Amino acid sequence: MSLPNPAELISQMATRLKAHLEHRGISDPRFIGIRTGGVWVAQALLKELGSDEPLGTLDVSFYRDDFSQNGLHPQVRPSVLPFEIEGQHLVLIDDVLMSGRTIRAAMNELFDYGRPASVTLVCLLDLDAGELPIRPNVVGATLSLAAHERVKLSGPELALELQDLAL
Amino acid sequence: MTPLDTKRPLQLNDQGQLRHFLSLDGLRRELLTEILDTADSFLEVGARAVKKVPLLRGKTVCNVFFENSTRTRTTFELAAQRLSADVITLNVSTSSASKGETLLDTLRNLEAMAADMFVVRHGDSGAAHFIAEHVCPQVAIINGGDGRHAHPTQGMLDMLTIRRHKGGFENLSVAIVGDILHSRVARSNMLALKTLGCPDIRVIAPKTLLPIGIEQYGVKVYTDMTEGLKDVDVVIMLRLQRERMTGGLLPSEGEFYRLFGLTTARLAGAKPDAIVMHPGPINRGVEIESAVADGPHSVILNQVTYGIAIRMAVLSMAMSGQTAQRQFEQGQFEQENAQ
Repeated sequence: MSLPNPAELISQMATRLKAHLEHRGISDPRFIGIRTGGVWVAQALLKELGSDEPLGTLDVSFYRDDFSQNGLHPQVRPSVLPFEIEGQHLVLIDDVLMSGRTIRAAMNELFDYGRPASVTLVCLLDLDAGELPIRPNVVGATLSLAAHERVKLSGPELALELQDLAL
Repeated sequence: MTPLDTKRPLQLNDQGQLRHFLSLDGLRRELLTEILDTADSFLEVGARAVKKVPLLRGKTVCNVFFENSTRTRTTFELAAQRLSADVITLNVSTSSASKGETLLDTLRNLEAMAADMFVVRHGDSGAAHFIAEHVCPQVAIINGGDGRHAHPTQGMLDMLTIRRHKGGFENLSVAIVGDILHSRVARSNMLALKTLGCPDIRVIAPKTLLPIGIEQYGVKVYTDMTEGLKDVDVVIMLRLQRERMTGGLLPSEGEFYRLFGLTTARLAGAKPDAIVMHPGPINRGVEIESAVADGPHSVILNQVTYGIAIRMAVLSMAMSGQTAQRQFEQGQFEQENAQ
């Protein structure tokens, strides 16, 4: 199976995001990337949009629902949100949407900073696993993978790689 | 259950992660750095509107204090609460122990309340170790100070303070001043500084307040304050522990202050940007002058804030290590049964 080119996806996503924000009447959104892959996607997206808005970064390690199974991520870093959350329109950006659990954790964390006016979810890839009722508003591409396949994003120069867990 | 590997230190699990936190002795630099990094992230949580994360939701942390404490007890309580754990605090000096219950019985009762973690402070050196070894293998034990032996969370919060104010440990001169003999804080600090690569660790104290064999910690010993403080980056003052002193170790508090008290004049011999630390409670006019404790070099109150973050890091890492160990043992058990 061939994977899409991330640079092309970013350019399409920028167009769709602009249309989405316009449609909703949002003029001054705040951009937040989820560490680590989401931050790379967010940086590429902001560049494509020609925006020099500050980028917030979120580390959701303290909010994950698998702590009692997997424990604490050893390389947790502080979340940095250089703007208010209260009353703001947020654009939350991640690399790969699979189960939706990361997004749930991210939303729980964001709401501990304040009550945003809205949250728009942007993902480079949607793997459509659908464990939770979470769908992106803007997506680069939707893929369906076999159970033993995973996609890995590397950065900050975006590159996608297909991994086979069966090998 | 697998028998405890004698080569593996008690406080680590089979993957080398923390499962108890008893002493800094034998812990690798990478692990200490991981504690500091995790604490840095928790510091950011303390600055939010909602100062709480759901990490230990549904877990019960039990503070068992056989010795008085204000800062350590309250910051452990706050740390556990900010991790969303349920917390109970037992001042054993005022409870069943005075009715004749033994240490083991008290702890078994707490175990029966399904506590997941004990934070223990005890006047006897080695108490936390004893509890971790003999009482409850699946419960994480955190040492909140045992006798003269160790106070590892204080040691780590002091390291976090130094790292945040000085950026690292590689080029630092650090002086630890005062009652080294009775100080578990001094021991934990010497071990941590050594492990983290601090090249110049000094202790400054009268001969009567220095433990025998202090050189084994790789420190330089000074009995003169002016000489010892020369060009240091960090001064860690210790409290004079009169309650632990028996016999005439000191002529008088006035005499001690005259020779070893940290005054503005003495501090002038340190580097111009030196920081002054103290684990608290401070005795103004006994080991430190008020003008220094409240002055621009003092980071004593920052230490308290950092203490909450360090305790959050240690509580969550030990809980995480306990979980991993249980899964590891479960996996081994299943493997053995399958064979």
